[in-house]
Amino acid sequence: MGAWTDMAFILVVVLDLFLLASSRLGAAIRAVALQGALLSLLALLLTGSGHSVGHMLVVAGGAFFIKAVLIPWLMFRAIREMAIRREMEPLVGYVPSMILGGVGVVLSFAFSRGLPLPTNEMHPFLVPTALATVWTGLLLVVSRRKAVTQVLGFLVLENGVFVFGLLLTDFMPVMVEAGVLLDLLAAVFVMGIVMFQINREFASLDTDALSSLKD
Amino acid sequence: MILRALFQIGILLVLPPFLLGVVNRVKAIFAGRQGPPLLQLYFDVWKLLQKGAVYSRTTTWVFRAGPIVGLAAVATAGTMLPVAGQPALFTFAGDFVLFAYLLALARFATALAALDTGSSFEGMGAAREVSFASMAEPALFLVLVVMARATGSLSLSGMLGPALAPAWRAAAPALLLSAIALFVVALAENSRIPVDDPNTHLELTMIHEVMVLDHSGPDLAFILYGASLKFFLFGALFVRLVADAGIAGIWAAEAVFVVELIGFAILVGVVESVMARLRLTRVPQMLVGASVLSVFALVLLLR
Amino acid sequence: MTGALALAAVVLATSSGLLGLALRDRPDLGQRLSAGALCLAAVLGIAAAVPVLAGSPASVIQLSWNQPHASLAFRLDALSALFLLPILCVPALGAVFGIGYWPQEEHGSHAVNLQLWYGVVTGSMALVVLADNALLFLFAWEVMALCGFFLVRAEPDRRDAQKASWVYLAAAHVGTFAIFAFFASVGSARGSFDFSAWGGLGSGGAAASWLALLALLGFGLKAGLVPLHFWLPGAHAAAPSHVSAVMSGVLLKTGIYGLFRTAGFFEAPPASWGAVLMVLGGVSGVLGVALALAQHDLKRLLAYHSVENIGIITMGLGIAMLGRSRGEPGLVLLGFAGSALHVVNHALFKSLLFLGAGSVQHATGTRDVERLGGLSRAMPWTAGLFLVGAAAISGLPPLNGFVSEWFVALGAVSALELAPLDRASFAVLVAPVLALVGALAAACFVKVQGSVFLGNPRTKDAARAEESPGVMLVPMAALAGACVIVGLAPALLIAPLARGAAAWSGMDPARLAGAAGAASGTATWVSGVAFVLVGTVAGLWLLRRRLGAGTAAETWSCGYAYPTARMAYTGSSFAQILNQGFRWVLLPRVRFTPPKGPFPTGARFSTEPREAVLDLALLPAVRDYISATSRVRGLIAGRLHLQALLVLATLVALLAWRLLWW
Repeated sequence: MGAWTDMAFILVVVLDLFLLASSRLGAAIRAVALQGALLSLLALLLTGSGHSVGHMLVVAGGAFFIKAVLIPWLMFRAIREMAIRREMEPLVGYVPSMILGGVGVVLSFAFSRGLPLPTNEMHPFLVPTALATVWTGLLLVVSRRKAVTQVLGFLVLENGVFVFGLLLTDFMPVMVEAGVLLDLLAAVFVMGIVMFQINREFASLDTDALSSLKD
Repeated sequence: MILRALFQIGILLVLPPFLLGVVNRVKAIFAGRQGPPLLQLYFDVWKLLQKGAVYSRTTTWVFRAGPIVGLAAVATAGTMLPVAGQPALFTFAGDFVLFAYLLALARFATALAALDTGSSFEGMGAAREVSFASMAEPALFLVLVVMARATGSLSLSGMLGPALAPAWRAAAPALLLSAIALFVVALAENSRIPVDDPNTHLELTMIHEVMVLDHSGPDLAFILYGASLKFFLFGALFVRLVADAGIAGIWAAEAVFVVELIGFAILVGVVESVMARLRLTRVPQMLVGASVLSVFALVLLLR
Repeated sequence: MTGALALAAVVLATSSGLLGLALRDRPDLGQRLSAGALCLAAVLGIAAAVPVLAGSPASVIQLSWNQPHASLAFRLDALSALFLLPILCVPALGAVFGIGYWPQEEHGSHAVNLQLWYGVVTGSMALVVLADNALLFLFAWEVMALCGFFLVRAEPDRRDAQKASWVYLAAAHVGTFAIFAFFASVGSARGSFDFSAWGGLGSGGAAASWLALLALLGFGLKAGLVPLHFWLPGAHAAAPSHVSAVMSGVLLKTGIYGLFRTAGFFEAPPASWGAVLMVLGGVSGVLGVALALAQHDLKRLLAYHSVENIGIITMGLGIAMLGRSRGEPGLVLLGFAGSALHVVNHALFKSLLFLGAGSVQHATGTRDVERLGGLSRAMPWTAGLFLVGAAAISGLPPLNGFVSEWFVALGAVSALELAPLDRASFAVLVAPVLALVGALAAACFVKVQGSVFLGNPRTKDAARAEESPGVMLVPMAALAGACVIVGLAPALLIAPLARGAAAWSGMDPARLAGAAGAASGTATWVSGVAFVLVGTVAGLWLLRRRLGAGTAAETWSCGYAYPTARMAYTGSSFAQILNQGFRWVLLPRVRFTPPKGPFPTGARFSTEPREAVLDLALLPAVRDYISATSRVRGLIAGRLHLQALLVLATLVALLAWRLLWW
């Protein structure tokens, strides 16, 4: 049991690193979907004796549906509609972003033990995984040009927040998870609408092209 | 004791060309060909040793020293690698550093010999070789450090010895990650697909093969043999790391080890058959990725 | 006794240049005598240092000096002795090389001046490592810095030498200022300026950290740690080659000596100091070699490699500091041994390489790597000796560079044996950084050796080259021989290094002895493998001679029958992949005229690496400051009453500050 949980956390981090290195959007979306599935699995695996099993099942099932099925489906639709396959030339190259990602992973795993936490740590990898995933999401949002990749970065960031949320399920029931899931959904909706709009108006999703719009 | 040492040296010196034969046979089967005999490389080396050599008028002694130093360095590195869980001939704390630096010496000599011809193609190959090697080297070190941490030993024989089995039980994820990184490094260092294609004869696209374009006769024999030896070294590292069978008897362990090595050759052959060569610009990405993976593995063990 | 010998060496070295001044009408004789005096000083230095390293107690000489707080206190302990050896030997070999490379007959008064400063800088460097009093140390330090200025300006008419020497002087004085501030605060706190009274400084609290930072700034500037390295490449490239060998091989090490000495003053330094040194060292190592890869100028390239090697030395020092903070004799010994041995090794192979570069420049008149090529036919000895240096600096076995890098790497992986969950075990990351630095250095020296000595000559200058005279080759051969000996027999050096570690760390020698025993055992194994390697090479060589002989032909160029040197891969093309990866630190200036039309003519492409810290940060800042102040000066120039007002305003402000806040 413990080994599987370890493995799931490690896979989440490896997927972070993979996302930083991949230039194919299809592969990246699948990676985000897999990460979402892993998170819902983690929610189950971390269910201790003190939790209500039903509650955790709802959280895990909801996370799985939204993170691993619905959003990837939406994203795949989006790239099909817009006929883009890969991120062209990122602002920060793949090798440097991988190195930055690695630095983030090292720092989060090395120093997360020193952080003051409100509860007992449920699993030694939980906090560092959350930090590393949030860091990866931020890197993706900052360093990529295409709006689609930026949305992916945003999703990864939300995944990191979700891992943090797992820590708090003890004394902050449903609201935390619901909040996370909902605000994620809202974000995707907004971004999706914006993307479609931009694409229709300008026939391009390059955010660099948008900066010429500023007054 | 002496018998075992002789046997280890024997495996180290005799087996390597056979492994490359296995790789080529696997590739041939995938391509629907019959392929060369499994022992082809022995025949090649033997034949080349009989022949004379052709030297470019541009070259100096550096060109002739290249194959000799290259082969000697790789063979010396082999004396520190344990075979089948038995301690190597030379074993001491930090021997893995010397192991890696001896491989670097072989590369240094080969690259200089390539530049000695004054050919732009060979210069290109040497440039690629040293550039990619400088990205593979940290990854190799990190993998070895992970193994050192997991087994609590600072020598190759200790890392790949009996302490490995308990280490797998205690730190499986980290060792798995570093094994993946080691496989990537092994492919790159031995210039296999997806980094380099050992079979093409289009000079512009190659790395290792193009460096040795001008070598002929016995010099080429040394180079071919040295390359197979290097393949053997990485294979031995890899199979010990992932497939520690834990067989008690020495001779049985040696036999299992040889079978595992053939398995490694088959694995490499399959990878070469099902993958395309990466674009040159993607190679650094792959090697840095291997480094990052093994850093992650190390951090998992250190925290 | 040993101390007196060392002082005699100092005096002899300092006055060696005076012989040239006295024998102005017999310049060749004067130069030979000066070189002889330096060699004699080196022999005296060896006679003084070896007994101390072999275990005789530290020698202390105390004389009075009629300056306040100052005393003529000298101390030759194992740490000083380790530094004293290269400080006296390398300049002696350089002076012999100079007889052929920079004859006083040809260069006239410039060469006489050069010889004078050359002797003084040698003596003052030796004095720096012998001084046991802060003021004496500062005096020697300042003399050394000023000599450096005159040495860089050996040919005062050259513009690059002028610029480089002023930048050097400014950097040296900022460093001296920081050291002065450090000494003044420690001295006033301790009430004495004798180093012997400074042991056991507390290292807790913010004040101690500030003090340590001051020392790091002052000595780091001299040693050339990134980002304080900006003065170094220009100065080392502009000086004549045997002077560059001394500056790069030895003079930088006084900065490292200072770091060692000051680190020794502090009692139980916290682990974070070690971490800072390791990070700084790692950054210097990687960026130093990255910058070196992009250079076209042979001597600038070598100068950047000094930054890299200083990085390796600093990483070793960091490990030793970590060992002191954790009380681990193994870490202290291995870190110190790697660091100190690399100081000596770098002095050996870097001066060998600079002398080789001088030999190349002497023969061809250029240091531009792209304009050379194929020199190994005309200059086989220079090429072979340079190759030894190149392999040594790349850390390849069986040479000395490997041994010291191996100690540092072994120290780094020994950090794994610290208590579990100790964050200090992250020091193990030094090992992969070292591997990266070593591999990049090997790439760089394949480039250098390949484009300077191998292939075909690219220009007429390179084709005209002739082998240098024996007087230039012998010093190089001596250095190369030392590289090989240290590489083959590292176990002999463990005992002296352990004595140095004990003198430095104040740790009980008995505790270090266990670690030293283990280290010398593994070092013996390293020699064993090195001999196996040498034996295998020799065996294969003999085998190869019995096999088929060769016939001559042209290089295979894929069917093209008339390859020329213009088609060969240049140094820049060779380094292109790695330079591309380090674009963000090189910030090269690229000039590109693309080919146009069906029959393109006049297409050009050139890149020029820039010294980011100097060219893009410091010089623009200084320029802005000058333009701002000159505007103010323009306002008040020639108006006496305004100038008087300024003086008055300053006076009032000072008085107000004194009365109100002090």
